[in-house]
Amino acid sequence: MKILVFAEERDGQFKRAAFESLTAAVGIAKSIPAEVIALVVGDGVSGIAPQTGHFGASRAIVVDDPRLGRPSTTAYAKVVADVARRESADVIMMPASAMGKDISPRVAAKLGAGLASDCTALTVSGGNILAMRPVYAGKGIVEVAIATPTKIFALRPNVFAAGPPAGAECPVESIPAELADEDFGAVVSETKSSAGKKDVAEADIIVSGGRGLKGPENFAMIEDLAGALNGAVGASRAVVDAGWRPHEEQVGQTGKTVSPSLYIAVAISGAVQHLAGMSSSKCIVAINKDKDAPIFTVADYGIVGDAFEIVPALTKEVKRLREGGTA
Amino acid sequence: MKILVFVNHVPDTETKVKVSGDGKTIDPGGVNFMLNPYDEYAVEEGLRLREKFKGEVVAVSLGGETHKETLRKALAMGCDKAVLLKDSAERDSFAVARGLADFAKEFSPDIILCGKQSIDYDDAQVGGLVAEMLAIPSVSVVVKLEIEGKAAVVEREIEGGREVVRLRLPAVIAAQKGLNQPRYPSLKGIMEAKRKVIDERNPAPAEIRVRVSSMRNPPPKSAGKVVGTDASAAGELVRLLHTEAKVL
Ligand SMILES: Cc1cc2nc3c(=O)[nH]c(=O)nc-3n(C[C@H](O)[C@H](O)[C@H](O)COP(=O)(O)OP(=O)(O)OC[C@H]3O[C@@H](n4cnc5c(N)ncnc54)[C@H](O)[C@@H]3O)c2cc1C
Ligand SMILES: Nc1ncnc2c1ncn2[C@@H]1O[C@H](COP(=O)(O)O)[C@@H](O)[C@H]1O
Repeated sequence: MKILVFAEERDGQFKRAAFESLTAAVGIAKSIPAEVIALVVGDGVSGIAPQTGHFGASRAIVVDDPRLGRPSTTAYAKVVADVARRESADVIMMPASAMGKDISPRVAAKLGAGLASDCTALTVSGGNILAMRPVYAGKGIVEVAIATPTKIFALRPNVFAAGPPAGAECPVESIPAELADEDFGAVVSETKSSAGKKDVAEADIIVSGGRGLKGPENFAMIEDLAGALNGAVGASRAVVDAGWRPHEEQVGQTGKTVSPSLYIAVAISGAVQHLAGMSSSKCIVAINKDKDAPIFTVADYGIVGDAFEIVPALTKEVKRLREGGTA
Repeated sequence: MKILVFVNHVPDTETKVKVSGDGKTIDPGGVNFMLNPYDEYAVEEGLRLREKFKGEVVAVSLGGETHKETLRKALAMGCDKAVLLKDSAERDSFAVARGLADFAKEFSPDIILCGKQSIDYDDAQVGGLVAEMLAIPSVSVVVKLEIEGKAAVVEREIEGGREVVRLRLPAVIAAQKGLNQPRYPSLKGIMEAKRKVIDERNPAPAEIRVRVSSMRNPPPKSAGKVVGTDASAAGELVRLLHTEAKVL
């Protein structure tokens, strides 16, 4: 069997999610003997391709082309499908990142392949790969099997382990991009980064604030705590709809789905739609003055009390720990 | 401008998921269905495009008779026509996309709007699948849309920011919350929607590629630890996060 892994990069660096997909592919290859091949697509990416060997790729295929410097859903999907055909790949794996979510259905349609999106676990049973994926915003989990000869799995970022890196770099084969003008029907013309801000979707620690904080000015203490933890600021929909925080910080069913190692919910009640976006976090802390707030049903640790007193105290303790003192 | 909007009929966000007897699907008892929230942004955007560029907005849904409820909502918001691709057989996203793409081919829209994902299976596939089937560009998680001649210029959310994407039209645009503020149907709209005829078609059957073998509820979490009731608990909490949970 051959597993082709789309190793997503941005600005000449692999995303952590690329290593997660490679590691997951290697995990599958332990049960079903398989060759794991990394596919690296972009402009000026040949230099980083050998690193995929550290995460288990036996070789890497590079499609390095100046026209691919700006992400293009249409062109990237064609490259992935072309390489999958060329290699007769049985399985394609990629991150269910913003980019992966855009290109994976197109690759599936090009190859007539079944796609399991946003998978949170993969298992092997009777020689078949089964995918677990959350449905109904995490209120259910389904196990799915793909019936087509070519199978595509898009993996939710931050859920699968990456590495640890080991072993040698791998050999790289460069192949030309067979792309015509009409393959660039959609092209990124500009990237606006939220300068210096950590994104909730990628952060390992998130501190989220809710309506109980009373006003946008009180998010300063949330930012302070997030800063001390080197994490990102998140928000409930109530505060986003009130205009206190930007939409990209919203966590939940109509915001982002996150699974950091630590999620701290401050003055958030824990409505089902909010839980949908964060209940798969590895460790959840709730700070709420209402002991019956539903957020406590998913929390590992809670402090029942006034956020205005607790959060600054917490920030102080975190700083103390980070500075080497004993907490 | 010919505007096509895909609308799905899904259990509302308050739905408690109870697995039904087959062990694979949700027990529909007591579940309220609604227009998929992301598709509401798509409908609203379609109406705004019509206000700017004239033309018509057609809403299409693939599913059983009950999908008419959602199509009525789209009509009440102001869509000109509604089409039901009537089929209550089990379909995966690929098979749904096949039916929608066949209809779109016949209608030949200037733009297709849909939601970024259905909130039942959270697949986030249909928009991209249909686009590829029609060999037109697509973009998802769109929070801003502008038309510039024969192109669409959109902003989409990505990790750590936004991307501006330029697409050749026709294209499929999948809406994210933030794209607009959907209008409430007016009383007049609701009355008119009741009188409008929903066009019914029979989509061709399609092969299922991804099959659900089982559904379960996530394991319930055991009750967490209440560390304290005021600021004096902060030190203990940090200690537990450091030594017990090992996340700091
Ligand atoms: C279709 C749909 C989609 C939705 N999508 C989302 C989504 O993606 N994300 C999301 O978050 N919501 C979503 N919602 C909204 C959701 O239902 C809730 O309304 C929202 O999450 C509430 O936000 P909140 O917890 O900040 O506010 P509230 O529910 O008002 O809770 C405030 C909390 O603060 C506590 N509090 C008050 N003062 C203090 C204090 N001094 N110290 C400590 N605690 C204090 C209170 O006890 C209370 O629990 C959606 C709703 C719908 C219908
Ligand atoms: N049965 C359907 N009928 C009409 N539109 C649909 C249907 N299923 C999905 N869609 C559209 O495709 C989008 C993405 O859906 P999905 O791939 O199911 O998550 C939805 O937001 C809808 O706009």
